[in-house]
Amino acid sequence: MTGKLTNAQIAWRAAQDIEDGAYVNLGIGFPEMVARYQPPGRQAIFHTENGILNFGRSPSEGEEDWDLINAGKKAVTLNRGASFFHHADSFAMVRGGHLDVAILGAYEVAETGDLANWSTGPKGVPAVGGAMDLVHGAKRVAVITDHVTKDGRPKLVRACSLPLTGVGCVTRVYTSLAVIDIVAQRFVVREKLAAISLDELQGLTGAGLVVEGTIADLVVPEL
Amino acid sequence: MDKTVAGLPEAIAGIEDGMAVMIGGFGGAGAPIELIHALIDRFRATGSPKNLTVINNNAGNGRIGIAAMIDGGMVAKMVCSFPRSSDPRAFTEKYLAGEIGLELVPQGTLAERIRAGGAGIPAFYTPTTYGTDLAKGKPVAEFEGRNYVQERWLKADVALIKAELADPHGNLTYRKAARNFSPLMAMAAATTIVQAARIVAAGEIEPEHVVTPGIFVDRVVEVRDAAQEEALIRAGVEYA
Repeated sequence: MTGKLTNAQIAWRAAQDIEDGAYVNLGIGFPEMVARYQPPGRQAIFHTENGILNFGRSPSEGEEDWDLINAGKKAVTLNRGASFFHHADSFAMVRGGHLDVAILGAYEVAETGDLANWSTGPKGVPAVGGAMDLVHGAKRVAVITDHVTKDGRPKLVRACSLPLTGVGCVTRVYTSLAVIDIVAQRFVVREKLAAISLDELQGLTGAGLVVEGTIADLVVPEL
Repeated sequence: MDKTVAGLPEAIAGIEDGMAVMIGGFGGAGAPIELIHALIDRFRATGSPKNLTVINNNAGNGRIGIAAMIDGGMVAKMVCSFPRSSDPRAFTEKYLAGEIGLELVPQGTLAERIRAGGAGIPAFYTPTTYGTDLAKGKPVAEFEGRNYVQERWLKADVALIKAELADPHGNLTYRKAARNFSPLMAMAAATTIVQAARIVAAGEIEPEHVVTPGIFVDRVVEVRDAAQEEALIRAGVEYA
């Protein structure tokens, strides 16, 4: 498929919706890119499950302190005003509704808001980490993802086929083609790339798309 | 009041076959490597302790620490949220061969179960896992229109903890994100054993700065220049 957003561009688009001063948790991997694209003049406070609020950029090589890591076990630094806390406080921030936004990756998202992002099935060693906690409690749970899998199957579906991470938890999906809200168990298209028609977008989506009012063009800079 | 002990062998005395052992740390941050290796030394010398249930966020990395306990055959079961790491061979091989048990617990639920164990709360309800495979067989209840899953407390016979400062009362501080599960585990174990980078006189830790109050701590041993697990992994160190 041509004419789709790169991961960096998807992350950029998601970052535009994070308000100044928001408390934000970014999932391990691709979602971590969102931190790079905060709009000028806004500063979010980033939370990591292992017990830091307001961590900053990665240190340069050789400058790492391995007692100062994020949930992905990558070395980080601290911004002014950072704090440390133990795991029960950290997940109280998560489940207690204190985070404004959590942005996660996905294998599948259903029109019901169900998310599958922790397991691709029963093979190998199962590992869940904080994924099932993070989908509960943040005021907004958003997903960033390619619109389809590597082999072209829809990732936005009527019902997830993979093991669920959480039920009815996702409220917005930023994909490589569109920005889609989940409202009353339907996918509502808010923005799409100008180069793709609504019919083409529907053809790449495993559940019905709903239009409410006008669909804005999804416009993202080259990054 | 003096909870300090002279050396690592005294610190780990009384850890027996079949016990449940909580071990602090998230990845390499906060892993009490010297206490773990002292336990491995005793196992190699005497064949005990074995058949342990180990509670930690992960399931060991490389060939040191918890991974070396698993390699040596000391561990019957892991209770953890994420049994993967940059080098998860030790756990993966035993798990796929059916030689080690696994209780997979979401990270926040693991923390809260340990906290509950330390706080005398036998069960609680959490939104985490509702509607997923990990909620199977657990009671569900609705509160204010939303569904929650019942989880039970988690306690242990022993906790092994890495602290930064300790005093003879067992008051502790931690270093940066090495704190993670340790203050919770210190509460939830019958015997809490601490290795501290420095033991200072009572009063030298500002009461305002104490993270774990000494009531939760039983033994403290000073380990200066303690190893950092991630640094050992990156240096390719094996505890063989």
